[in-house]
Amino acid sequence: MSIEAFRAEVAGWMAANLTGRFAPLFDRGHAGDGDALPELRKDWERKLAEGGWTCIGWPREHGGRGLPVAEQVVFQEEYARAGGPGRLGHIGEGLLGPTLIAFGDDDQKRRFLPAIREGREFWAQGYSEPDAGSDLASIRTRARRDPESGDWLVTGQKVWTSLAHLSDWIFVLARGEEGSIGPKGLIFLMMRLDQPGVEIRPIRQIGGGSEFNATFFDGARVKAGDIVGVPGDGWRIAMALLGFERGLSTLGQQMGFARELDLIIEIATENGAAARPAIRARIARAWAGLRAMRHMAMRMLADHPEPQVQLESLGYKYQWSNWHRDLGRLGMDVLGFSGAAASADPRVEKLRRLFFFTRADTVYGGTNEIQLNIIAERGLGMPREPRGPSGKGA
Amino acid sequence: MDLQLSPDQIFMRDEARRLLAERSGSEQLRRAIGAGGFDAALWSTIGGELAWCAVAVPEEAGGLGLGAPELALLAEECGRRLAPVPFWSSACLAAPLVAALGAGEAGAALLGRIAAGEAAACAWPGIGGADPLCGTIPVARRAGGGWTVSATIAAVLDASSAAFFLVPASADGGLGLFAVERPAAAVEPLEGIDLMRPAARLVLDGAAASRIDSAGFSARDFDDALMTARLAEAAEQVGAAQGALDLTLAYVAERVQFGRTIASFQAVKHRCAALLVEISEARSLVHGAARSLDPLEVAAAGVLATQALFRAAEEAIQLHGGVGNTWEYDPHLYLRRAQATAAVFGSTDEKLAIIADALLGDAA
Ligand SMILES: Cc1cc2nc3c(=O)[nH]c(=O)nc-3n(C[C@H](O)[C@H](O)[C@H](O)COP(=O)(O)OP(=O)(O)OC[C@H]3O[C@@H](n4cnc5c(N)ncnc54)[C@H](O)[C@@H]3O)c2cc1C
Repeated sequence: MSIEAFRAEVAGWMAANLTGRFAPLFDRGHAGDGDALPELRKDWERKLAEGGWTCIGWPREHGGRGLPVAEQVVFQEEYARAGGPGRLGHIGEGLLGPTLIAFGDDDQKRRFLPAIREGREFWAQGYSEPDAGSDLASIRTRARRDPESGDWLVTGQKVWTSLAHLSDWIFVLARGEEGSIGPKGLIFLMMRLDQPGVEIRPIRQIGGGSEFNATFFDGARVKAGDIVGVPGDGWRIAMALLGFERGLSTLGQQMGFARELDLIIEIATENGAAARPAIRARIARAWAGLRAMRHMAMRMLADHPEPQVQLESLGYKYQWSNWHRDLGRLGMDVLGFSGAAASADPRVEKLRRLFFFTRADTVYGGTNEIQLNIIAERGLGMPREPRGPSGKGA
Repeated sequence: MDLQLSPDQIFMRDEARRLLAERSGSEQLRRAIGAGGFDAALWSTIGGELAWCAVAVPEEAGGLGLGAPELALLAEECGRRLAPVPFWSSACLAAPLVAALGAGEAGAALLGRIAAGEAAACAWPGIGGADPLCGTIPVARRAGGGWTVSATIAAVLDASSAAFFLVPASADGGLGLFAVERPAAAVEPLEGIDLMRPAARLVLDGAAASRIDSAGFSARDFDDALMTARLAEAAEQVGAAQGALDLTLAYVAERVQFGRTIASFQAVKHRCAALLVEISEARSLVHGAARSLDPLEVAAAGVLATQALFRAAEEAIQLHGGVGNTWEYDPHLYLRRAQATAAVFGSTDEKLAIIADALLGDAA
């Protein structure tokens, strides 16, 4: 099938299915709105799965469709173009699934992958802790082996766990070896969330919603067979998982960005902001940045990016997150005074959400400062940051 | 769909990079300053032996028939070393102009000369934007069987090394493209801000000219024919920004203060890293725009590349400290390029306005 025929197929499917009972999902559930309409969005994940639109990039032997990069890109683009809702299945499909495919054992693949693919089980990510954010290797949540069952008992606290309150499972990075420090002695566990040892407390964000949580473990149980790799492997696996994060979703994300910019242009044209020279220049600059991101992604998504592109791709997160944060402000500046008060126009609400949520873009997934450290150290070969006297190597 | 460079393109770029690292280093640049911003030996290697100017000339005219992506790669490498040769003027500005607007034997002959390494410059007042101070539109008149052109152009880039000039001029009530041989022109070198790309005042006083278009063209056609030059200018700026960052990285790795290299200070690391991102962003846009030659993307590439170069040159001076303010150290050469190119084909404001007009409709 030609790529254009494939594009038409995705667009056709979206048009035929994002209607009726799913119509309320149009454009909902994205960052800043991640807790919207959760039950309907889970149904939507199952609908997508029936249509064969989940996990399309996974290899066939693991239940995926093994579609090449170009098709995956087209899917992401058309999904976003059609106003498809934020994907509750994203963490399972985009992060845990690829990690299990790479490091999981056969039994784990058999038990977990189909449920992700069919939209039956949803996942959360348990890395950050109150005292371990940027410095992830200093996490303290403990996992101890129960000598009788061989299961792992987990005690400690994770925080900023996105969508944990809507999820069935969480993968947890914990300290499996008593007394270990830094990246050594860590273990990567897969834990059911609906059990007595787990408590999830939503945290209210600056925009008013609650997409993330504090997640407490008090002897929470992880089955013996539900660790990925062996104890001590946790850091390697946790880092590999983050590697999957910077993948194809970028292009779908850019389509979303383009639609946000279109919305700002639409409003600016309606309310007269488009006549103001400074606004015109900022909109033009935003467009230029978006095109640059698109071409950057096209360079990165080559089959074998050359070393120079690999180096530059270290800067991609910094690039898009700063661009997006600027867009958040531009949207409010285009609204002007009317953006400060609630409005019946849903577009205003959308731009307000954008304004607040884009503040998080430069924080999660490695803050701006951490990105710059990585670029300087790995990309430019500059000296590494010294560590404090507590001296846990990372 | 992806923007992967082909093995041939990577090879070409890397060879250019290697050559220029060897032949266009700081010492050679210093020597070129004494020679009016032109390195004749380097030019004979690049233009002659290696035939870089043939890259985008059509095969029928003796070129390689490649396109803007290849030109942009070479321009980027030239920019990185501020190579004091008229590659941009000849290969990126003159050749595409002739290819787009020239006709028949006359056009093919000029392309053949450019491909063979003869330097060409474009004598057009509008390159500096629509600033009337740049001169007046040249006028061509019929004389006998041929033409003469008269004009005074305040600043023509790379005029001194040019073997001939391309002159767009009003002719028979429309626009025509003319070639004037060097001996027919008066070239008065100017002290320019960019030490590696000299400019000269050009006076044509009824100079004998040959017409190379067939039946005239619109201002719009002419503007379209400049798209490759605009793009290549942005590519050169990206390269120059990278060159300024290279200098800075080398310096901060050596300089010690407070008992450590200044490269180990996070403020310094972050600024270098942020520059890399800015350069990468501009480079991505240049690569993408080189494939599309879409006027909006080309304008956007100019905006980002100008900004990246300015920032890189300014940071180079800042992070070199006192020596960054000396003639002896190279950062100012990049700042000069940044300022000199900032308004070629219009300022950043004007480029943003092109984009804004397309997205938002013309300003009221
Ligand atoms: C919306 C949102 C969703 C999230 N979702 C999840 C999730 O699902 N699962 C999960 O595990 N985590 C999640 N996170 C957590 C996120 O990964 C962390 O917030 C992030 O890694 C930063 O850690 P921190 O909050 O502890 O900040 P800190 O590390 O304390 O940083 C505070 C400030 O100090 C700076 N800083 C820290 N170290 C350095 C350094 N070496 N050099 C210079 N500056 C430094 C930082 O850049 C930042 O500006 C989410 C966060 C947000 C905002």
